[in-house]
Amino acid sequence: MKHMTEEELIAYREGVAEQRLAISEHLAACKECRVELERIEAVLAALDTLPMPDPGADYGRQVWKEIALRLAEKPGRWWQAWLEPRRLAAAGAVVALIVSSFVAGRVTNRGNPGDNAASKEQVRERILVVAVGEHLGHSERMLVELSNAAPNGPKQKEVNISAEQRRAEDLLQENRLYRQTALQEGDAGLASVLDELERVLLDVAHSPDQVTPAQLEAIQKKIEARGILFKVRVVNKELQQRQEASEPAPSQNDTKTGERNKV
Amino acid sequence: MNRMQQNVDSTQAIAESDAIAVERTLAGDRDAYRVLVERHSHNVFRLAYRMTGNRHDAEEVVQEAFLRGYQKLGQFAARSNFGTWVYRIAANYAIDRMRQRQKEDARREAPRAQDQDGMEDDPLSRVKDEAPTPERLTQSIELRKQMDQALAALSEAERTAFVMRHWEGCGIEEIAAVLKSSSNATKNTVFRAVHKLRLALQPFVETRAQARAMGTES
Repeated sequence: MKHMTEEELIAYREGVAEQRLAISEHLAACKECRVELERIEAVLAALDTLPMPDPGADYGRQVWKEIALRLAEKPGRWWQAWLEPRRLAAAGAVVALIVSSFVAGRVTNRGNPGDNAASKEQVRERILVVAVGEHLGHSERMLVELSNAAPNGPKQKEVNISAEQRRAEDLLQENRLYRQTALQEGDAGLASVLDELERVLLDVAHSPDQVTPAQLEAIQKKIEARGILFKVRVVNKELQQRQEASEPAPSQNDTKTGERNKV
Repeated sequence: MNRMQQNVDSTQAIAESDAIAVERTLAGDRDAYRVLVERHSHNVFRLAYRMTGNRHDAEEVVQEAFLRGYQKLGQFAARSNFGTWVYRIAANYAIDRMRQRQKEDARREAPRAQDQDGMEDDPLSRVKDEAPTPERLTQSIELRKQMDQALAALSEAERTAFVMRHWEGCGIEEIAAVLKSSSNATKNTVFRAVHKLRLALQPFVETRAQARAMGTES
């Protein structure tokens, strides 16, 4: 008797086999193939036990809350989404980046033509570094304020963190844009830290406006456990160093400064 | 009326209600889109979580899918239903996200591997391994770890095909549209995914089954 191939058995199990009836008949008559199918099913059954988190009964409402402000007045016209204020701010940063790169590139063109490509690249990176540095600075300040927030006294039952929450929502948009830009630029290290920051910002943005002292403590512990403040500071410092390193070279007349920069 | 008939009626009612909500959204009623978001978020989340393997990315995929759905709603034709359509958008975005994640993980893996090399001589790491733990717990944890790794080792296309077919019960044509592939190639992708999962997991699944037969695993 010719046995079923693994491919046929998998196709049968996953409901995509063309000769389903023929395979069924074969399985009824062939113990070996039945055992083989059971082994495939055991693996699939184990995979079915993988847990699936429950996003909560009001998840749909949360998603709407997250995206409502980012929707244009009318659907269907892609450019309208970019006219929404928060996206405009983020898009503005990118436009500024491109325009500045172009202008700076034109200025540096006056130098050695052989260095044009490298100079443009440096200018582009410098501007990205400045923009991301500012973003990290804002994020750090918000997280520090949140980490230091505390109830006014033992009797206070709730702490208002709506200001931090709104800032986290704004920063989230920028963060996503910078993370994607960093990835496109091949800066995986920066993208990785921005990704971790995004998770924290998402947590804060998802928090209720008013939190109990226990909830506040839980948020603060989460921030602390992830060490995100430390990572943000380290990356920001690195960005500052990159910024300094990519400053335009001094003119040849300024020999003293030139010598000093070599150290 | 039997339960199957009730389900069919309910699915039709949702599809009709979705079509009305889409029409109203296109006419400028933004709140109508809210109905669609609230109705389909759970399903999209389930798909996104299965594909990306983590909650954070899944939530991003859900939001992005509905944002893109809104932006492209003018291109949505009444021929298909909204749920399937937004599902497809989510699957495509999840593939992009998985690619990004792989790049990020590859970068993180290098220093981690170095750390692990350094830990080989750490006596504490040996103590941890030798610590007595209930066998069944160890096996469950090990199997869970292996399953996560086996899924992560699939290519984006394989994982997408497996998730959409095995867990979400999508048709081959629907999966083929997401993968931008032919039906036959998509079937092969499903096969390759299950084959790889089987190679990676069968020893662990059988060990657990043997343990269960011997009474050391509940």
